[in-house]
Amino acid sequence: MTATSEEALAGLPEDRPLPPLGSVGLLRWMWRQLTSMRTALILLFLLAVASVPGSVLPQRGNNPLRVDQWLEENPATGPLLDRLGFFDVYASAWFAAVYLLLFISLIGCVLPRIRVHAKAMRAAPPQAPRRMSRMPTATEFTTDVEPAAVLASAEEYLRSRRWRVRVGETATEDSTWVAAEKGYARETGNLVFHLSLLFVLLAVAVGGLLGWKGNVIVREGSGFSNTLTQYDAWGGGRFVDPAALAPFSFRLDRFAVDFERGDAQRGAPLLFEADVAYREEPTAEPVETTIAVNHPLDVDGAKVFLVGHGYAPRLVVRDSTGAVVFDDTVVFLPQDGNFTSTGVVKVPDSTPSLGLNGLFLPTAALTEELGPHSTFPAPDYPAVFLSAFSGDLGMDEGAPQSVYTLDTSRMTQLGLESLIPGDTWTLPDGAGTVEFTGFERWASFQIAHDPGKELALLASVAAILGLMLSLFVRRRRLWVKVAAADGGGTLVQVAALGRTESADLTDDVAVLADHLGGPAGDRRSAT
Amino acid sequence: MTSVQLAQASNAAVYATMVTLALAMVFFAASFASGRRRAPVAAPSAPAVEGVGGTAVITRPPVAVDLPREPGRRAANIAMSLTWLSFATLLVGVVLRGVWAGRAPWGNMYEFSITAALGILGVFLFMSITRDLRWLGLFIVLPTLLTLGMAVTVLYTEAAQLVPALKSYWLVIHVAAAIICAGAFTLAAATAGLSLVRGRAERVQGTLDVAGWTARLPTSERLQVLTNRVVAFSFPLWTFAVVAGAIWAENAWGRYWGWDPKETWAFITWVVFAAYLHARSTAGWRGSRASWIAIAGWLSFLVNYFGVNFFVNSLHSYAGV
Repeated sequence: MTATSEEALAGLPEDRPLPPLGSVGLLRWMWRQLTSMRTALILLFLLAVASVPGSVLPQRGNNPLRVDQWLEENPATGPLLDRLGFFDVYASAWFAAVYLLLFISLIGCVLPRIRVHAKAMRAAPPQAPRRMSRMPTATEFTTDVEPAAVLASAEEYLRSRRWRVRVGETATEDSTWVAAEKGYARETGNLVFHLSLLFVLLAVAVGGLLGWKGNVIVREGSGFSNTLTQYDAWGGGRFVDPAALAPFSFRLDRFAVDFERGDAQRGAPLLFEADVAYREEPTAEPVETTIAVNHPLDVDGAKVFLVGHGYAPRLVVRDSTGAVVFDDTVVFLPQDGNFTSTGVVKVPDSTPSLGLNGLFLPTAALTEELGPHSTFPAPDYPAVFLSAFSGDLGMDEGAPQSVYTLDTSRMTQLGLESLIPGDTWTLPDGAGTVEFTGFERWASFQIAHDPGKELALLASVAAILGLMLSLFVRRRRLWVKVAAADGGGTLVQVAALGRTESADLTDDVAVLADHLGGPAGDRRSAT
Repeated sequence: MTSVQLAQASNAAVYATMVTLALAMVFFAASFASGRRRAPVAAPSAPAVEGVGGTAVITRPPVAVDLPREPGRRAANIAMSLTWLSFATLLVGVVLRGVWAGRAPWGNMYEFSITAALGILGVFLFMSITRDLRWLGLFIVLPTLLTLGMAVTVLYTEAAQLVPALKSYWLVIHVAAAIICAGAFTLAAATAGLSLVRGRAERVQGTLDVAGWTARLPTSERLQVLTNRVVAFSFPLWTFAVVAGAIWAENAWGRYWGWDPKETWAFITWVVFAAYLHARSTAGWRGSRASWIAIAGWLSFLVNYFGVNFFVNSLHSYAGV
């Protein structure tokens, strides 16, 4: 898929003159090359076009909530697009079809070229052309040096500059010549680049089949151990045994956060840091460390990333007799950049059951348009706005419930109240009291294990190196021919042929001619 | 200098750059205009394609063109000097911005944009050291000026500290590579566009020795070769920028590739330029079609740079846009 018409030459035996254009075999071979190249080109376009919808439409892998929202807002087109895989483009059959076809085309092109290149690497440079002056870059001059000495000098010069050299003699005339070729690394790099892409794909596949990824929210003072039940969300490849995850654990001791207070980018986060103590094994001594953005924790083949944070207000609920029926911090999820957060408290142990829908506002404000909301992400003036319900929480039916939503269909609203830390709200109808005692922070972690990433990195580095060789190395041939000049002395002809596009070999020819005693040529390069 | 003085100096340098660039543009345009009034001096253009051995297509290296009495030459020289001056003042502006912020000046779209403008000028001037690119100046100064104009009007933000996700030395590596690519892709798109215009003139007039303002440009073949060189230089660098971004993403977000819109468009840009390089080696595609692909690659880079930040919800959308 990378054959240039010049490089098509590489497929020919190097030690014979080029066959005439009429050769049917050559034409067929070139035709195949050109068609496969054109196919590759079309597939590349298709790949680019097929990638676009995934950047415009929300994707399940990145943002499942927004996909649901999109489907709700577009009942006409949504389901159809969903069936066609437009909300999971990069895992869809048609996207896979494009890149798999591209890789098949790549293999079909690269494998034969490896064979051809292996042969070319061992072949000697082709003999000097009969008429040197017809080469794209050529010069000639006469010198007093003996022909044999000129050739010897040329040979030594070229070998010392790591040209592949062939010394020969034409049968018909009494002139002799030296042929040299250089820049084989171009095709080597080209092949390495394309093969590396295969390994990148392989690495992605390894990561997909053997890797896993989970998310968990941990409150300050709480711990986490790496088992499936502890995760809020977890996904693993086909060959991962979820029961055999690495047995590490950690405890979130402190979560520090700081926000920009200046006018520019006010409220932007400046610092997130989670101080944790982790153990590789349940019996190991805990190790204290800090996890921050860009500073994940590496533990037992997995990486623990800090991805988010929020507030967990502590609420104490007492029933009508004054007995404590709930006393815990509750994770509230931030809804905007100023951490206006929502959460739910379910108290099944009181009679009847109590439920609280709440807002936590780190810097509380109340306006007509926005209602209760937060104006700054730091807890400068924390408050909760609670709405209490009593009735049936629906928790006894066995159906799994989200801890972040309250099903109020069989409950009656008791009232609304806003509280600052230390406030106690006496519920109407003697339903009990709710006390807002304070808040803690929580941090959310993404824990990932990708066994393919080292291979991906290695293959990417190889790809870049290969690419540089294939684009910067110039494949070129040089010839020196000597003959007795008419007026005495030696006629020296130097010619060069670039095997790559727009190779400017003026320098090569001029320097070599100069070295062999010719006049210094015009070394200015064009373009 | 106090922080306020630093901020003022940085902004003043950026504004000064816009003035000198606008002047450079006027002189580049004047150079074109004076070329149009008089009969253009024919550049000795060697036939560019030659069949050798029936199969190989070899580009004969064109002879370096030096036209001492070329009309508009003085204006073009003044314009080049002004472009160098603009580069220097903009460099001062970017550096002062970094000093003011106390970090690499790549924390928001304003800072990316003034640095990208610096990248465009830098790549152009670097390439102009070894070859005569005065004919290209107008088409480089114009997008640079637009970038700066957009930076100071729409994108301007006061310097603030970096959001935690950007606090990494990968910021310097990844963004520096991407910014140089911004310059190179812009240059490639300019030469590709000019090769289309010039190619059309050559076709319509039926000669390589065209009349009209395109006479000032190199032949379409040479413009295509130049485009190819610039893309060949920037493609590995863009690959590196993407890989560096992936390494950083792995460290910051826990995955090296997640099809975030910014990543997706970086990939699309990469694929389009890969298509360009393949097209350059495909019969029937090497000429104007390849030029269109290079322009498409630049456009997808622009979508990645502006579009993703303004219109799409992406992990790469930062404070201050």
